[in-house]
Amino acid sequence: HVLRLKGYQIYDQLIMEEALFRGTKTNWLIMNEGTTEPTVVMGLSGKPDHLLHCDSVRHDGIKVIKRYSGGGTVVVDHDTLFVSIIGDGEFMKEYGVRLYPREIMGWTESFYKKVFSPSSSSPSSPSSSTSDDFALRENDYVFGAKKFGGNAQCITRDRWVHHTSFLFDYNPENMHNYLKLPTQAPSYRLSRPHIDFLCRLKDR
Amino acid sequence: EMLSTITRRATSVCSRATLTFNLSRSYSVKSGATYFTKDHEWIKVEANNIGTVGITDYAQNSLGDVVYVDLPKKGFQVKQKSTLAAVESVKAASDIYAPVSGEVTEVNEALTTEPALINKSSQKDGWIAKLKISEQGTKDFDNLLDQAAYDKHCKDSKH
Repeated sequence: HVLRLKGYQIYDQLIMEEALFRGTKTNWLIMNEGTTEPTVVMGLSGKPDHLLHCDSVRHDGIKVIKRYSGGGTVVVDHDTLFVSIIGDGEFMKEYGVRLYPREIMGWTESFYKKVFSPSSSSPSSPSSSTSDDFALRENDYVFGAKKFGGNAQCITRDRWVHHTSFLFDYNPENMHNYLKLPTQAPSYRLSRPHIDFLCRLKDR
Repeated sequence: EMLSTITRRATSVCSRATLTFNLSRSYSVKSGATYFTKDHEWIKVEANNIGTVGITDYAQNSLGDVVYVDLPKKGFQVKQKSTLAAVESVKAASDIYAPVSGEVTEVNEALTTEPALINKSSQKDGWIAKLKISEQGTKDFDNLLDQAAYDKHCKDSKH
């Protein structure tokens, strides 16, 4: 089933997703174009005092949500494109994929390559790849060395969710004001600040 | 009245004896032995109907580096195959299931500060919780695998 939403509150989306994930046996593709107000979303293990500039968050009245999946912390808003895939083990068996994180991400990388790969009208030869191409790099979706999508997963015995927040656009001030630089970061980040590490999907 | 009292006491003693007897009698349940689930949890049976639970080396290797463990609370009642805990690795939260029915009596607090113990020593220092095995739990062992059966299960899973 495909569910297309626009401006659905991310908190409500996560509640609905978890209900569909744990309470149904159906496969889902959920797309939501933006959430109504800037919101911080942390993963299962997120600790606000480690990850956030709490004073700024409180001062500006920013909502902070802890989601049911793993992964890092993001600031999302009306320019974020949310895409969630909810599936079952039987679906993955057809691809020979076991329900473990890296294997699921290997499958989602191939799925998104069909979405973000260079168009057929590009002068580049189909077999060549540029350093700016889409890839899954240390668990992030990137164009080249810049991240444009953060993803997270939740896995049970026979169900899985892979959800992504794509930065169609973003407000660098929100990142700067609310998010600390993470202590655990992928090696390709090279200690770059948010503005040098991220890119916008709308610029592609 | 005397007869009914004696009957109740005898039944009570027999029930306890049956519990112990089943736990130690069955060819597949031996105190000190370790049993496995098809979902790659292990349980090591100890004295006083206590089982120590964790995930296997196969599971920790498949999950990747564990960065967080969501431990259960003491007193938490579980049924076989219900969710006991969760681990986070490679941006994924993965459920860990109870191998048998029982009640959580102790959790491995070391995992709070050193979750990577699960990767380093999944079947020893990386234990997750201890369960007081219930009466149903003793029957649940019928659904578990011994080492040889588990090794075969892992081998078959890779193909």
